[in-house]
Amino acid sequence: MTTSAIEIRSVHKRYGSLHVLHEVDLVVRPGEVVCLIGPSGSGKSTLLRCINNLEKIQAGSILVDGGLVGYRWAGDDLQETTPRQARRARRDIGMVFQQFNLFSHFTVLQNLIEAPVRVLGVPRREAVERAEELLAKVGLSEKHASYPAQLSGGQQQRVAIARALCMRPKLMLFDEPTSALDPELVGEVLDVLRDLAGEAMTMVIVTHEMGFARQVADTIVFMDQGRIVERGPASQVLDAPREDRTRRFLERVG
Amino acid sequence: MSMVSLDRGTETRLPARILGRKKYGTWIAGAVAAVVVALVLVSAFTNENFSWSAFGHYLFSPSLLLGLGHTVELAVISMALSIVLGVVLAMMRQSANKLLTTAAGAYVWVFRATPLLVLLLLLYNLAALYPKLSLGNLVSVDTNTVITVAGAAIIGLTLHESAYCAEIFRAGLISVGRGQREAAEALGMPGMLALRRIVLPQAMRAIVPPLTNQFVNVVKTTSIVSVIAMPELLYSAQIIYARTYETIPLLLVVTFWYLVITALLTVAQRHIERHFNRGEAGL
Repeated sequence: MTTSAIEIRSVHKRYGSLHVLHEVDLVVRPGEVVCLIGPSGSGKSTLLRCINNLEKIQAGSILVDGGLVGYRWAGDDLQETTPRQARRARRDIGMVFQQFNLFSHFTVLQNLIEAPVRVLGVPRREAVERAEELLAKVGLSEKHASYPAQLSGGQQQRVAIARALCMRPKLMLFDEPTSALDPELVGEVLDVLRDLAGEAMTMVIVTHEMGFARQVADTIVFMDQGRIVERGPASQVLDAPREDRTRRFLERVG
Repeated sequence: MSMVSLDRGTETRLPARILGRKKYGTWIAGAVAAVVVALVLVSAFTNENFSWSAFGHYLFSPSLLLGLGHTVELAVISMALSIVLGVVLAMMRQSANKLLTTAAGAYVWVFRATPLLVLLLLLYNLAALYPKLSLGNLVSVDTNTVITVAGAAIIGLTLHESAYCAEIFRAGLISVGRGQREAAEALGMPGMLALRRIVLPQAMRAIVPPLTNQFVNVVKTTSIVSVIAMPELLYSAQIIYARTYETIPLLLVVTFWYLVITALLTVAQRHIERHFNRGEAGL
């Protein structure tokens, strides 16, 4: 039996009295593409951020590639580790944010090679080569010397994806990667995601693009009010939802 | 057809040129300013009491240049120490540890609230409070050997300025969006690396202008140190005019040198700002 890429078991997350994630279970196989959909405030972004430990959890466990991120077993309990150990585990998990979060004082190339060189210790020349390969892949070879502010939103997001890929992650998390984009720029970013899915990269994508989710997702997970309401292939969840809440949501967005 | 004739209207003249607004107010204000400047210059060169020959005589006088050297030295050393201390204090205030934030907050409160003049006099007379400074039983020294005039001046200026620097750095750190830190975290960058490579360089955009301002202030504030008889620029001039009664020309020389230092700092600021603003939209 192969290890799951992600294994989420009975996870609870609270902000004070607010119960944001409620008994969430989810298993992602290597190479699987999972799209998280649901109304805003349903907890899908929070769940994504719990996977790479940007958010802490209050109960349950999350295994990435068979290992804990930011926690270790202490008897029957999970104990928070030092930030150093959490970061080490996080290197294998690429993350792409809604607001791109490119380093604005760095050029595109510097954005791409900073972490590989300084965190992984990859020789600079090798990192530059890899960065140029990835820039070519996202169609931005000629932009390597530009600053983020000189790029369109779609171009910035493609750079952000290339930056995450430079770390050679085992899986990629996307937090509403096209929500901050002008409508005519959404397509170029989704094309890159489609290519990645074609290369059997394990991906978890929080998205509002139902057409895209239908095309690339192996599994669609519908969340509402901190719980997973329904999951399954697109043909089931999007076309023949079993749950009322899913149906109502799809009617609203569709 | 009727649409076309409506669009054209009745006038088919095209203007030869488009002219800007006539700025009478600006011209009048400029003229008034020019007259005032001319009057000041005329008075400066006709009033004998300015004694410009004495100004020329003392401009490069060795004892004043030595004083200028002390002023620059004092300003640079206390500013450098204030920056280091300010960064530490700003980070303490951002820490999750309540004890650290409270301690840093108290420090900023005390040294921003104490007038520098009072602080300097207190430090200068520290020997009256603690005749000896000791570290356990290991080292014990006479307070007056540590708190020399220069020592008191540097310590006083540093305590005072670091409180301001702490606030400047805190404002700079806050100005960098949370997303930048999260992106660094997600890439597995250690905290100090993220601070040094990602957060601080961007915070510098907000830090450099007020920090230069602070430096200019420190340069001028060193003149207060003359009260504890530190031979910086002002005190060096005071020594001379106490003897020769050429008060005005000597104070003008002092003013001239402060102007020069400030001008140099302003030029430096422009270059530093350009460096840290790279990547900003439109650059």
